[in-house]
Order: sequence, then structure tokens, then C-alpha cells
Amino acid sequence: MKRLRLALFVPGAIALAAVSGLGVRGLHPLGSWHGAYGELLNGVAVGERNATDVVSAVNFDYRALDTMGEEFILFASVIAVAAILKKDDQEGEEEPDEPRPAPDSDAVRLLGVALVPATVIFGLYMITHGQVSPGGGFQGGVVLASAPLVVYLCAGAKTYLRIAPPAFTKLGEAAGAAGYALIGCLGVLAAKTFLENVLPLGQRGHAWSAGNIQVLNVSVGIAVAAGFAELLASFVEEIVESK
Amino acid sequence: MIGFLQILLFVLVAAGGTAVVLTRDPVLQAITVSLYGVVLALLFFVHQAPDVALSQIVIGSVALPLMILLTLAKVKRNEARG
Repeated sequence: MKRLRLALFVPGAIALAAVSGLGVRGLHPLGSWHGAYGELLNGVAVGERNATDVVSAVNFDYRALDTMGEEFILFASVIAVAAILKKDDQEGEEEPDEPRPAPDSDAVRLLGVALVPATVIFGLYMITHGQVSPGGGFQGGVVLASAPLVVYLCAGAKTYLRIAPPAFTKLGEAAGAAGYALIGCLGVLAAKTFLENVLPLGQRGHAWSAGNIQVLNVSVGIAVAAGFAELLASFVEEIVESK
Repeated sequence: MIGFLQILLFVLVAAGGTAVVLTRDPVLQAITVSLYGVVLALLFFVHQAPDVALSQIVIGSVALPLMILLTLAKVKRNEARG
């Protein structure tokens, strides 16, 4: 059996190495690629949209429809996980588990006190400054969602469910996802196309700038933060509810 | 132009990926995959993709290992119940 596997692996590996070698040989040197689309956007994005982070301008303006698809992929996966983990009422006679209690260590709790506000501020900063510097709704949303996670680690499951109750996170997730589509409709209301940047562009480099890009980032940030908190809650909730 | 830092990070990413594969215990694997996520984020960063690097840090080194650990805890709990 081992010999057969080796006999299959060796020719396969040699063929793969040969084909990859051929492929890599034809590549442009690292960092030398200058596509027309990238050059064009680098030239116009800052002037047209007052967004100094061109990546955000692409994601939330020029290709905002693609990002809406991504957002709904996330939305669908959170719902799928929550549905799979949802407790079946028929099999509810299992022995209860202890919910995770608050740890005894003062050091851990102190660390939580220091970490939670820093995480919240940094998450909010990233969400609201996506159009100015690297970051944005997706990244900031996950950072923001790690604040309740630190609470879970430092103060136990019950406190977690108190600060991020499932009803609240579900509402946030749905509102964030719907907000994206609704902001897109503003373009239609202004007699332009769906997701067209119609909000005031503000002052370049400021938090309130780049019109739709900033507002869409906030909406995505809410959806992502609530979605992750909800994912965590569906794990945590199961432990607490079975009590 | 490939700098020394880029080559170093390519090597580290290759080593990190191998380390994740070679770790057999799933709990330890969640930790190695998290370290691997950090190295991968650094690789993206030195190749001038800070946006991607930020996503990689939060997903690869926080969210993914966390989901793995929570799932393992759930599986273990179900096994203990029989």
C-alpha cells in the first residue's frame, strides 16, 4: 500500500514541479505589474471620490456591487452556522453543563479591563476610517467583535450574553446587511444607478469623507461585528441554555 | 525587485505551512495555524497590501483559530455526554 502511494506520488510531484516551474518562468517580476485598471483608478480615485485609500474606493464604490455579494455570503454563512448549532428541542434532555465561570485570576480580569476599551476604540476607528487609510468595515468589524470575546474570556459566559444578547446581534447583523442594499438604493432615488456615490464627499482625509464609501463601511462594520458576535453566541448560548 | 525581507517571509510562510500540516493534535494545530496567519499577514504587508494584511490578521490569527477551538470544545462536550 505504501509502495503504491509512493508510486503515485513521485510521478505526480515531478509533473507538478515541472508544470509550476514552466508557469513561474513566464511570470512578471514581483511588483512590476501595472495593469491599466489599477493605473486608472490610482489616478482618478482620490480626485473623484475624496478617498485616500484606493482599495476602499474600489471595494465600496467602483465595484460596490461585488462587495454586496461578499457581504451576503458572510450573512448566509452566519445564518447557516446558527441554524446548524441551534438546539433541537426533541433532544433537549441532555445533562446540563456548567457555563464558563469568571476566572479566578485578577491578572486576567485586569487584562480584560485594559483590552476591551482599546479594542472597541480601535475597531470603531478602523470602521470609520476605511476610506482614509487601510482597514474598513470588514476588518474593523472583526476587531470590534473581538471585544465581547475578551469579555467572554475574562468575565464568563453570562456576562458575554448580557453585553451581546443574541436578539441584539441578530438585529445588528440584519440591519447591517439590509443597510448596504438600502444605501445602494439612495443612488436610484437620486435618479442615478444602484450603489452610485451620491452622498456629499466631504473633506479629503477626514472621517466624514468619500460619501457612500464611508457609510457603506459603517454598515458593513455593523453587520460583520454583529455576525461574529452571533457566531460566538451560538457556541456560548448552547452552554448556558442547557443549564 | 525582491528584497531580503520578502525572501525571509516566503521561507517563513513555507515553514509555517509545513508546521501546521505536521502538527497532529487539533488543539495545538489551532495555535500553529494562528501563528501561520500572522506570518502570512506580514508577507502581505511587505508586498504593499496593508488592506489584505489587516483582513488576514483578524481572520487568520483570531477568528479561524477561535472557531476551531470552539468547535473542538463542542465536539469534546458531545463525546463526554456519550
